[in-house]
Amino acid sequence: MAGRSRLFLILAAVLLLAAPPFLSSYWVGLLTQMVIFAILAMSLDILLGYTGLPSLGHAGIFGVAAYAVAVMSTTYHAGFWTSVASGVIVGTLLSLALGLIVSHVRDVYFLMITLALGMVLWGVSYRWIPVTGGDNGISGIPSLAAHAGLPVAGAVAFYYVTLLVFAACALLMALIVHSPFGFTLRGIRENESRMKSLGFNTWLHCYISYVIAGAFASVAGVVWAYYNGFVSPTYLDLTASSELFLMVTLGGPGTLIGPALGAGAIVLLKNVISAYTQRWLLVLGIVYIATILAAPQGLWNLWRRRTIGLR
Amino acid sequence: MTRYLVTQTLNGLFSAALLFLIASGLTLVFGVMRIVNIAHGSFYMLGAYVASTIVARSRSLALGAVSAIVVVSAVGFGVQMLFLRRFASKPLAQMMLTMGFALVFRDAAFMIWGGDPFTLPYPPGLAGSVESAGIVFPAYRLFVIAVAAAVGVLLWWLNEKTLIGAKLRAAVDDPEMAAGTGINVALLSACVFAAGAGLAAFGGVMGGPILGGYTGIDFDLLPLALVVVIIGGMGSLKGALVGSIVVGLVDNFGKALVPELSYFTLFAPMVIVLAVKPTGLYGRA
Repeated sequence: MAGRSRLFLILAAVLLLAAPPFLSSYWVGLLTQMVIFAILAMSLDILLGYTGLPSLGHAGIFGVAAYAVAVMSTTYHAGFWTSVASGVIVGTLLSLALGLIVSHVRDVYFLMITLALGMVLWGVSYRWIPVTGGDNGISGIPSLAAHAGLPVAGAVAFYYVTLLVFAACALLMALIVHSPFGFTLRGIRENESRMKSLGFNTWLHCYISYVIAGAFASVAGVVWAYYNGFVSPTYLDLTASSELFLMVTLGGPGTLIGPALGAGAIVLLKNVISAYTQRWLLVLGIVYIATILAAPQGLWNLWRRRTIGLR
Repeated sequence: MTRYLVTQTLNGLFSAALLFLIASGLTLVFGVMRIVNIAHGSFYMLGAYVASTIVARSRSLALGAVSAIVVVSAVGFGVQMLFLRRFASKPLAQMMLTMGFALVFRDAAFMIWGGDPFTLPYPPGLAGSVESAGIVFPAYRLFVIAVAAAVGVLLWWLNEKTLIGAKLRAAVDDPEMAAGTGINVALLSACVFAAGAGLAAFGGVMGGPILGGYTGIDFDLLPLALVVVIIGGMGSLKGALVGSIVVGLVDNFGKALVPELSYFTLFAPMVIVLAVKPTGLYGRA
């Protein structure tokens, strides 16, 4: 990595660590959202950027994990660790099941099927009213401090917990994509038949990649449930999945850092735009079109190419 | 019991008829250009909205239907010629563009027409119901089933028996070879995209008296149309027909019997088909 990119990242890390105590609670909340969506966008990047599998149903897994936390902590009054574990486990089991359906299809077919599956998950959250509360969602998820019994009351403390989860997830994901397994995924992305003839079980690799992405998305969903205190079907719908898709593409697929920055940019844009106008969907649509026309490889890749002439 | 079954089956066939109008365009666009058109549900929505404006002004449903088809086809033609064409053979970029347009269309429709749900009027003489052997069924629903069947026959005839159809099939099989024999593939693609948009808009008008138009109908119908195309096989007109009937019936009986899990009942046939034949019933790999 070139000097300027590294400098930029160190600066960003220092800001993320040091700035929050000096910011208003609005900005701390916004920063927390950015960090949560950064986890989610990086998890999608494992699929989209590294394995080349464009999933349009990723928000569904995130949402189901958040719903699992909500149902466990409100309907069943489960303890903190039980709720967290159920969120992660339900999300991962769901990925294990859906992965069986989607892992043998590629490209556009993968896109269509994950889109349809994502809509099914949204439909279940919307229509299975006895469990999910339908359109009203589930509110009253206890705060992290009250539920976990840890001294983490307040927005800033919650932010640092989120940052810790983010750092752990980012480290794990970076290790995965730089492992031999990660390089195999990239090989499948570039040329699957060659990988097959080299003796790799490409189905299994795609399946595992799908499950890993789903597991990290579940972690993000659990944190989101505690951050928001409320879940509703809007977090699973096609708009949510497509916002997520844009975070990865805008940032730069296949870089992990890019999607994290993309997530920050989209969350920031969404909040700033929503403060001035109701036209968020219009702006999102235009950003989508502009990204494809101007920077289809993503901003992080563009920046790296500008600074060091890297491919 | 039989009465219930017949009524529900007819209701299912009505859904199937609407789905066929939407999915046939989606599958044709996919077959020729490999584009997963996320904005396809938006074309249905725009069709219903444009028709409502024209009908409110002119009091003529026929004029409303024609203007909806013309306006939405023109929008589709523009989107294909000005944007999608630049990204030929980059399906991911094209999908993202259509996603951008779907969001823009939804918000634009909300800005122009507001968020109030509406329904279109019934065509004269079709507002009542038909009674036969003790079964009462709305005449309009039967009319829509007949119209969709006629559209299906027309599409089949166009595809199999005319020169345009022959060019189309050539372009589906091998776009480069087709271009080499003098077929203007770019123009043909834009026409197919426009026709698909027009068909969806026509579906919007046909469904207008019953489903009406509201914010979000675009993304409500899109997954149904996608499931139809996935079951039937992407790019296959026959598949769109069979898929529509399967999805229309399953969705309808699912909603009637287990309303909480209506999306889930849709998902079952898709999973079964995908497990047995990953390319769909009539799709080619």
